[in-house]
Amino acid sequence: MNPYYFASIALILIGFYAILAKRNVLKMLVGLSIMETGVNLLLISVGYVSGKSAPILTEGITPNNAVDPIPQALVLTAIVIGVATTAMALSVVINLYEKYKTLNVEEIRRLRG
Amino acid sequence: MVKRVLAIVFILIIGLWMAKALDQVPFGEDRMLVGKYYLDHVKEETGAVNAVTAVVVNYRGFDTLGEVTVLFIASTGVAALLWKKRKERSAKTEGSVVLTTGARILLPFIMLFGAYIFIHGHLTPGGGFPGGATIATAFLFLYLTFTLYEVDHKIFEPLEGLAGIGYVTVGLIGLAVGGYFLFDWIWQTWGVGKENIGRLISAGFIPIIYTLIGIKVGTELTGIIDNMIKEPEEGGQ
Repeated sequence: MNPYYFASIALILIGFYAILAKRNVLKMLVGLSIMETGVNLLLISVGYVSGKSAPILTEGITPNNAVDPIPQALVLTAIVIGVATTAMALSVVINLYEKYKTLNVEEIRRLRG
Repeated sequence: MVKRVLAIVFILIIGLWMAKALDQVPFGEDRMLVGKYYLDHVKEETGAVNAVTAVVVNYRGFDTLGEVTVLFIASTGVAALLWKKRKERSAKTEGSVVLTTGARILLPFIMLFGAYIFIHGHLTPGGGFPGGATIATAFLFLYLTFTLYEVDHKIFEPLEGLAGIGYVTVGLIGLAVGGYFLFDWIWQTWGVGKENIGRLISAGFIPIIYTLIGIKVGTELTGIIDNMIKEPEEGGQ
């Protein structure tokens, strides 16, 4: 198995584990960010063509020795959306802590009822 | 304990399934279809040297417009979630002299580098989003170093809105000139800089749109920082 694929799958799984098993909301958010990183790494590594360089066509780089530009454009979009969702989630976490004075998901569930 | 073991087993099953699926995708092989077209035609169709920014701004401009919208909604959402009257800074520790002096010296360099990144988006790696993030880093630096610092909200929020309106306006002029939204009228109709591809004045509207996006992203991320670093006066400590 290719190391890039392996690393991206491992990152996605580590993030998923954090979401499933951790009780602290902040740790779950860290897991979400790790998952995003894994997905972005997977997208980039699918677009790689061995032996070719970055798709910036200056000084000796012709269209024949550049990698696929589309996954890089997709990842550029995905990173920004990841940052936006993380910022939203963090402000929700700030509100949660101000309301319940705890970040443990099980306690928050109990407090509500 | 049982929960964690169950989670690990579940995750390992998902991992095996993903690994099996990815085995069908060979690594490092040339399987470009549309990408080949973009690489072959990027110079004469958009004038940009950097194929990624040409794809992001020119060929798939709607993606970038949606992305800017997502970021704008996130910034507005953070402001709505954390909006309280009488805001005050949460951490009020004074930084050391080394920190404040270092911030004063480094600040113009960070700002200049951010502006360089988004102005040269069609020539070098980067573009509007990295450049805007760099500029927001400069403001984060100011917020973390000086306890009394606050951006001028009378200038900042209108600037953010104007940059977004400017992007849509450039697209609408394309609709009027060329027949579809985000048509590159500067390159395809006017032909500005046709003979100096690879220099600054080229690539149609990519530098203009990236300057607007850089301003917008920089102000939006700074607004998110500004909202998160404050807390209500009575609820503090």
